[in-house]
Amino acid sequence: MTFMAKPKVAHPELPRNALGLTRRDYEGSNSTLCAGCGHDSITASIVEACWANALQPQNLVKLSGIGCSSKTTAYFVSGAHGFNSVHGRMPSVATGANAANRKLHYIGVSGDGDTLSIGLGQFIHAIRRNLNMVYIIENNGVYGLTKGQFSASADVGTKAKKGEVNSQPPIDPVQLALTLGASFVGRGFSGDKRQLVPLIQAGLRHPGFALIDVLSPCVTFNDHEGSTKSYAYTREHYHAAVEADYVPRAEAIAVDYPAGESLLVPLHDGSQVRLRKLEPAFDTRNRANAYAYIDAKLHEGEYVTGLIHAQDAPEHELHAVNRTAATPLNRMPYERLNPGAATLAKLMARYR
Amino acid sequence: MPPKAAPERVNDFVIKIGTVNGTGSASANGLLMKAVFRSGVPVVGKNYFPSNIQGAPTWYEIRVTRAGYRARAGQVDIMVALNPESYARDLQEVVSGGYFVYDCTWPRPALLRRDDVTVLGVPLARLCNENFQGVRTRILMKNICYAGVLAALCDLDLDVIRGLLAETYAKKPQLVESNMKAIQLGYDYARKAFDCPLPLRVAKLDATKGHIIIDGNTAAGLGCVYAGATVGAWYPITPSTSLMDAYKSFAERLRATPDGRKNYVMIQAEDELASIGMVIGANWNGARAFTATSGPGISLMQEFLGLGYYTETPAVVFDVQRVGPSTGMPTRTQQSDLRSAAYASHGDTRHVCLYPANPEECFYFAATAFDLADRLQTPVLVLSDLDIGMNDWMCPDLKWDENYQPDRGKLLDAEQLSKIDKFWRYYDHDDDGIPQRTLPGVSAKGAWFARGSGHTQYGAYTEDSRDYQIVLDRLRKKWITASRLVPKAIIENSAPIEGEGNGTNELAIVTVGSGDAPVREAIDRLRAQGVAVDYMRVRGFPFGEEVETFLNAHKTSFIVEQNRDAQLRALLLLETGVEKGRMRSILHYNGMPLAAAYVVDGVMAAVQDRARPAAQLVR
Repeated sequence: MTFMAKPKVAHPELPRNALGLTRRDYEGSNSTLCAGCGHDSITASIVEACWANALQPQNLVKLSGIGCSSKTTAYFVSGAHGFNSVHGRMPSVATGANAANRKLHYIGVSGDGDTLSIGLGQFIHAIRRNLNMVYIIENNGVYGLTKGQFSASADVGTKAKKGEVNSQPPIDPVQLALTLGASFVGRGFSGDKRQLVPLIQAGLRHPGFALIDVLSPCVTFNDHEGSTKSYAYTREHYHAAVEADYVPRAEAIAVDYPAGESLLVPLHDGSQVRLRKLEPAFDTRNRANAYAYIDAKLHEGEYVTGLIHAQDAPEHELHAVNRTAATPLNRMPYERLNPGAATLAKLMARYR
Repeated sequence: MPPKAAPERVNDFVIKIGTVNGTGSASANGLLMKAVFRSGVPVVGKNYFPSNIQGAPTWYEIRVTRAGYRARAGQVDIMVALNPESYARDLQEVVSGGYFVYDCTWPRPALLRRDDVTVLGVPLARLCNENFQGVRTRILMKNICYAGVLAALCDLDLDVIRGLLAETYAKKPQLVESNMKAIQLGYDYARKAFDCPLPLRVAKLDATKGHIIIDGNTAAGLGCVYAGATVGAWYPITPSTSLMDAYKSFAERLRATPDGRKNYVMIQAEDELASIGMVIGANWNGARAFTATSGPGISLMQEFLGLGYYTETPAVVFDVQRVGPSTGMPTRTQQSDLRSAAYASHGDTRHVCLYPANPEECFYFAATAFDLADRLQTPVLVLSDLDIGMNDWMCPDLKWDENYQPDRGKLLDAEQLSKIDKFWRYYDHDDDGIPQRTLPGVSAKGAWFARGSGHTQYGAYTEDSRDYQIVLDRLRKKWITASRLVPKAIIENSAPIEGEGNGTNELAIVTVGSGDAPVREAIDRLRAQGVAVDYMRVRGFPFGEEVETFLNAHKTSFIVEQNRDAQLRALLLLETGVEKGRMRSILHYNGMPLAAAYVVDGVMAAVQDRARPAAQLVR
């Protein structure tokens, strides 16, 4: 089933935000992803963050590439325009859209394949231009729609469904973004809504490129026990229990733990993911320290989550560099763009 | 034995100058061309330059043409050879009875081998070494000194040249004097040493009033400013780069604001995939956005062009064609992308294309392209080429209609949205195949989801065969609407040579883009040889009805184009019902601009039923 309309019945006492809108006003179509998919939890966090930020739905623009993650832009804020573009090229569409109207809020949702393999070049250049947008990577280390190939964020030793072992080291988007000088870098876990919602809220308010890498377990294809971002079924159990295209039913995972502690999160299949929240006193403005810290923790097998780096006053944002007019270019009246017939007639003298 | 003096040919000859690239000769060549133009004599300039920064041979050709032809002549009457590396072939290229000017500071007896050409030695290096200081200055001055020699040989007015220099160096008057000194050195030497002027000379006319000299890329960039474009995204590629440069400099100057804030954004993308992505994103969001590229860029843009077609997003792409396949010859001209632009991307994808023939059409087609892209909600490709884009052309003054308003097509605003029950993105309300469109940020009621995956006429995702096909069939209807909206083909029927005709000859020539100038000249020459042919130049794709009607009205149409595989003819075969045998190809694809003689030869060979495979491919 592709699209089912959601019943539009709202409880009269649902909480309302500053615009008088309820969370239901920020929902989208029904998800068609697998039950228990981490991506759906992220969608819920985006809905919550947009509602909490009291964004006018039509002032949000949703962009994505291709893949499971890229489908999710249809699942939130149906009152916003969305563009599901081509694989790995969402950043360029976002760049053009942002150039045309600097006043809207741009949120891009991508996956690890879409961002770190086919789209790595565009991802890097969006960071380089400090494009004013929130860029969420729903990172599960695996290609879902094509059924289980490794992505560039798959960990060494991860096993594919048919037993192939990944031997190439992963690309960590957080480390990459820090290296490139991204002005806002965060990492979350799809199951930790309490941490993720404020990250997205902060990202939407950040006047530059805000990267949020979200570890988002794939219930269907990433089944290596010990993988730091998988719901690792034991191989025997998986193959013994299911057909190749069978999607195991599972409940979404939720965790909650105090800042500063490391936590082993049990996943659906009894495996676990280790998360570490940043120390509350951690200085997010110091990029080099942030890099060194998450790098050290990665070597210990821990993913640091939370707001990792943010510049207070980011520089070189696209329009700041260009000195673009305040009026969005798509609303600029033609009279202000047309130099006029007399100017052209005068200009001709230069070409005689 | 001295060669026989050429018969006097006033205002009808070709000068070609061979130099080393990166030595400053471009300014002298431009100066000479402008001097002819300012003398009121129509002129054609062609730059044959290498894909190189410095040190390789480069040529500039100036055709003085009182008849006002706009193509290259295809022959050289006066060769100024300043590059020892190319002396030998430069000498070969001069027509019998022509002239060969070279720097005789170092005598070269080998240059005297053609006794049908007058060799004129001028000690340019010696003159400049004696009169200027510094290595760089001496080289630069040598490359302006020959302009003085040519001024004497061809009777150009030194005051006109001085006036041009004064305008060029308005802010550096000392350069006017040093350049004039070099020109005077060459001028005086030639007057003393040779019998000046030659029979090939310029005499003042009054045939350039109301005209300018401009290249197609400059004109197109200016056209984008006037069309109201606000976003330009691009990746540098020869020969398109100067189009973006022109847009930027015109936008900066002509759209200056009191607070210095820009009403445009230029983004140099990381590659062509990104530049077209940006253009699609910006157009989707309601800005008029464009890019300029060449063949390799079109190859890279294919996937996004398909997305633009299927999501029905406007986009304007200037493709300044160069020689393919692959990297090909980046600084040579060809009509190499007619086919790949028309069908860029996988699936049943077709694109609206415009084919300008000269710089003035590059200017006017900019607004046409944006209007069509907005009206039809689809990418529009404007296929110029290196010859049009980078060469200097004499054109009628560019004019702007003060009443012009951009056609934004069926774009619903908040008020219109408030009046309708529900917005359906891909529904054919008007039976013309063109749906309604809304922009982000206007109204939640108008929100829709653009996707390259299968969708229904209401805008929802689908994998249902029927729903999918409804949209695909409507896109075809839109294509038919497009064929009525693109610029009509130019059709000019010639009077029959003898007797009463019904207004149509048996023979016709059909061409596209820069084929226009040489074909028009060829038609004149054919007429002088007793062959009357009608003429059609296609200007838009999909082809309008008039194209098929014209082809069916002629027994034989010669399809003249600048590629090996008869791409225009292939499009005509695919997109019209015209029978194959009516269309015969005349193909030119060596990278040089087409000259009339090649077309005349091709037609005459067929008329006289002689096989001449080198000149034409008959299928």
